[in-house]
Amino acid sequence: MSQASDSFMQIEQPGISSRSLPLKIRDLTVAYHRKPVIWDIDLSIPEGKLVSIVGPNGAGKSTLIKACLELIPRTSGEVSIYGQSYKKARKRVGYVPQRESVDWDFPVSALDVVAMGTYGKLGWFRRVSKRSKALSMEALERVGLADYAHRQISQLSGGQQQRTFLARALVQDADIYFMDEPFAAVDAATERAIVELLKELQKRGKTVLVVHHDLATVPQYFDWTVLLNMRVVAAGPTDEVFTQENLRRTYGGKLTLFTQAANEVVQSR
Amino acid sequence: MPELADIWNVLFLRDYNTRLVVICTMLLGCACGLMGGFLLLRKRSLMGDTLSHATLPGVGLSFMLAVALGGDGKSLPILLAGAAITGVIGCAAVLFIREQTRIKDDAAMGIVLSVFFGAGVAILGVIQTMPEGSAAGLESFIYGKTASMVMSDFQILVLVTICVITCSLLLFKEFRLLCFDETFAAALGWPVKFLDILLLALITAVTVAGLQAVGLILIIAFLITPAAAARFWTNQLDRMLVLSALIGAASGWLGASLSAFIPRLPAGAVIVLVAALFFVVSMLIGTERGVMIRFLRQSQLKKRMGRQHLLRALYEILEGGRVTEELNIRTVPFRQIRGRRTWSDTQLRDYIRRAYNDGLVEAPNKVDSILLTKTGLAEAAQVTRNHRLWEMYLIEYADVATSRVDRDADMVEHILGEKMVTRLEDKLQAYRSAGSLVPQSPHPIHPGD
Repeated sequence: MSQASDSFMQIEQPGISSRSLPLKIRDLTVAYHRKPVIWDIDLSIPEGKLVSIVGPNGAGKSTLIKACLELIPRTSGEVSIYGQSYKKARKRVGYVPQRESVDWDFPVSALDVVAMGTYGKLGWFRRVSKRSKALSMEALERVGLADYAHRQISQLSGGQQQRTFLARALVQDADIYFMDEPFAAVDAATERAIVELLKELQKRGKTVLVVHHDLATVPQYFDWTVLLNMRVVAAGPTDEVFTQENLRRTYGGKLTLFTQAANEVVQSR
Repeated sequence: MPELADIWNVLFLRDYNTRLVVICTMLLGCACGLMGGFLLLRKRSLMGDTLSHATLPGVGLSFMLAVALGGDGKSLPILLAGAAITGVIGCAAVLFIREQTRIKDDAAMGIVLSVFFGAGVAILGVIQTMPEGSAAGLESFIYGKTASMVMSDFQILVLVTICVITCSLLLFKEFRLLCFDETFAAALGWPVKFLDILLLALITAVTVAGLQAVGLILIIAFLITPAAAARFWTNQLDRMLVLSALIGAASGWLGASLSAFIPRLPAGAVIVLVAALFFVVSMLIGTERGVMIRFLRQSQLKKRMGRQHLLRALYEILEGGRVTEELNIRTVPFRQIRGRRTWSDTQLRDYIRRAYNDGLVEAPNKVDSILLTKTGLAEAAQVTRNHRLWEMYLIEYADVATSRVDRDADMVEHILGEKMVTRLEDKLQAYRSAGSLVPQSPHPIHPGD
């Protein structure tokens, strides 16, 4: 094997506990059409954290998640989940893709969609069992959609569709979750329901990574934060990382302008 | 004109000459319907078209190769194998162009489709000039020539249909997820590429097997139309696929039969037309997404809302803006109701007429004044109460309300729960004791609006 894996082993040496980190990324670079989208990402996420991944548009937030799940090829680098490759750790991983990534006019019911979360453990050719259906129903109940189980998915509101996706991730019964913009364009009720759900997952020792776009709610919802702009600007406990200085380094001039404008508004009163 | 008995015999497979053809097209229709469903939902309809057009050079080339090797150029399995090979190459070309360049799907397919078809036509032209070229008949792959179907076609079609049905049954869940959410399937660790190729292979098999019957230009219609028709009837994938297969089979059956007793009517075209007929009928009267049902739902909603508006307007006029325990029913002048909302005379008359038919109001002198009946008053009270509860809810819980409010609901309790309704009623009561009937609506209605 290559040098990279040697050094990887060395770093793993000191503490056995670090071996079981839910997510450890080293030197990850991903490029589309010759242009690198994320550069030399190094990241370690400790167990049981609610993690927000924050950064401007095009910072590579979704790319980071997709590269972790081997949905897109990496140009270089390694990702280990609980000390294993994604292939081996797959059954411990749950995934919530962006809501717009699918066609909500598709002829399936909410329950059908949630049951897809059990497919990973079902195996080929096997039909969806009664047990998986019961599990899916339970998950729908947890996100408050039990009454909508048999509705065709196009008849759900945006927030309900998002919650359907979350329920699907719940039935995956994973240890680490990757969620791509679960808060995008949802109503306040859904946002509250999602946050509650995330906290509940955390209480049960799960690790959750969330691509998030609303800076205002970051400190309130998440206890760990990754500031990303093609590279990792800062990562760590939210109260340490989520500083004006770090945000400026992540968002550059845009945010400065914004805060300046906000300050002026405050002063003019 | 064909005799009735002849028609009967053809339709029910009693006629020896046409029996085979009709069965063949039925099988093909069944397989096409099934695969078309997946093709449609995978949004690859045009890919199917590319595939079918790209089969033509394969037919020509395999004919040339067979002749060059001293074999029989018209051996069907060889021709079809050649067709399948170039068909798949065509699809691969589209995928290659899409992945490697920034040319979009539709352009890539347009290019590949026409270039391959052009190449095919050119190759057939060359074959005609070849001395060995008893190539007559190869063109039948373009438009199809059902009458020339023989036992070997039948065998191929049976095989393909069995393959398609078996795969759809075994891999239903896999194909469904592939079509719905490919990324999630990949995250589950499924071999998405393999599944995609398998699906494409099945579609290729169906397409190639159907070349004889409907021809490469029309096969795409036979794939897509039954599936699109089936979609109007159901929101469930399994039912949609079964229905699509049935419509496909029925189109094949009827189309082939029709063309059998009307001479010079090409079967491929008739089959496609029959499928189109199914499509149009489904579009109009499909029970789930058809045009009629949509229109009906819309107008029912409008009627229901009109009735509720009328009742509430009457109730509020009777209240007269004061808090009273007991309402006295009295006649209300038409003009006063007319002034409550922005509705036209005709609209309002229509609502009143309907309410009259339902026994909710009486109209003593027909047009000028309206009187609520006992039932009408009860329903008006209910409608008004619900409306006020919703209004209250919207004001108190503005942040979550949009996803919950269902003004049309007869029973607010069903949606919000008893507890919430009690709380809202307490709030309303508080308003009432302060002398106001309802909290200020954000959109007040002024008489004369």
